[in-house]
Amino acid sequence: MHYTFQIERGNFTDAGQASSSVKRTLKQLGVAPANIKRTVVALFEAEINAVAHAYGGTIDVDIDGEKIVMVVADEGPGIPNLDLAMQEGWSTASPKVREMGYGAGMGLPNIKKNTDDLKIETEVGVGTTVTMTVYLV
Amino acid sequence: MKIKEIAQLVDGQIVGAPVDETYEVEKAFASDLMSDVLRFSMDETVLVTGLCNNQTMRTAEMADLRVVILGRDKQPDEDMLELAVDADITLVKSKFSIFKISGILYNAGIKPLY
Repeated sequence: MHYTFQIERGNFTDAGQASSSVKRTLKQLGVAPANIKRTVVALFEAEINAVAHAYGGTIDVDIDGEKIVMVVADEGPGIPNLDLAMQEGWSTASPKVREMGYGAGMGLPNIKKNTDDLKIETEVGVGTTVTMTVYLV
Repeated sequence: MKIKEIAQLVDGQIVGAPVDETYEVEKAFASDLMSDVLRFSMDETVLVTGLCNNQTMRTAEMADLRVVILGRDKQPDEDMLELAVDADITLVKSKFSIFKISGILYNAGIKPLY
């Protein structure tokens, strides 16, 4: 099964719709609750990151019996120092993002914690693609 | 502790999704930082927060929270209430401060998340 969602820059009214939709689908498919939780937490963190930092992008989710692969690809500023971004507490979030309750610098570390595979490709001034895999078996 | 007992203790008003009469709250976590809410397991946990926007509800949904106490007399708008109902999250609105709510719950035997 394949699903695609659009990400709109700075739209915190709708941010999380994609993750919510994926959560409902996984519930309907009977995926184990623990796997649903880590999948949607990782996807939600990536979705919020893209809404907060990028100029727009897409989310592609592929689900089969063995795994869930989520690709969040954005056009945006990119991540100048990925090592720093992976450290807990490092954040470049704007005041608006912090008002929404985010920007604590926990997003990427939390994605890593909740996924089995994480690949981040980023180019400054071009964008970032985050590929996350959760194995179900 | 049942959700209705919690609402009584914090002099709260129940809105959002209907109360699940069977749901037992054992722990509480107080935070306005949704980034932190996403870091922990929220089983049998009530979130106490003064952050009142759509992202409070989205975060609660992803964290599998069933009940959220909105302190400091925060008023959820229609969007928030709709999201709460869709995600089956009961909201308890309280005029008390987060500190007071937390103290009341702690005294009543609700455990800290950690």
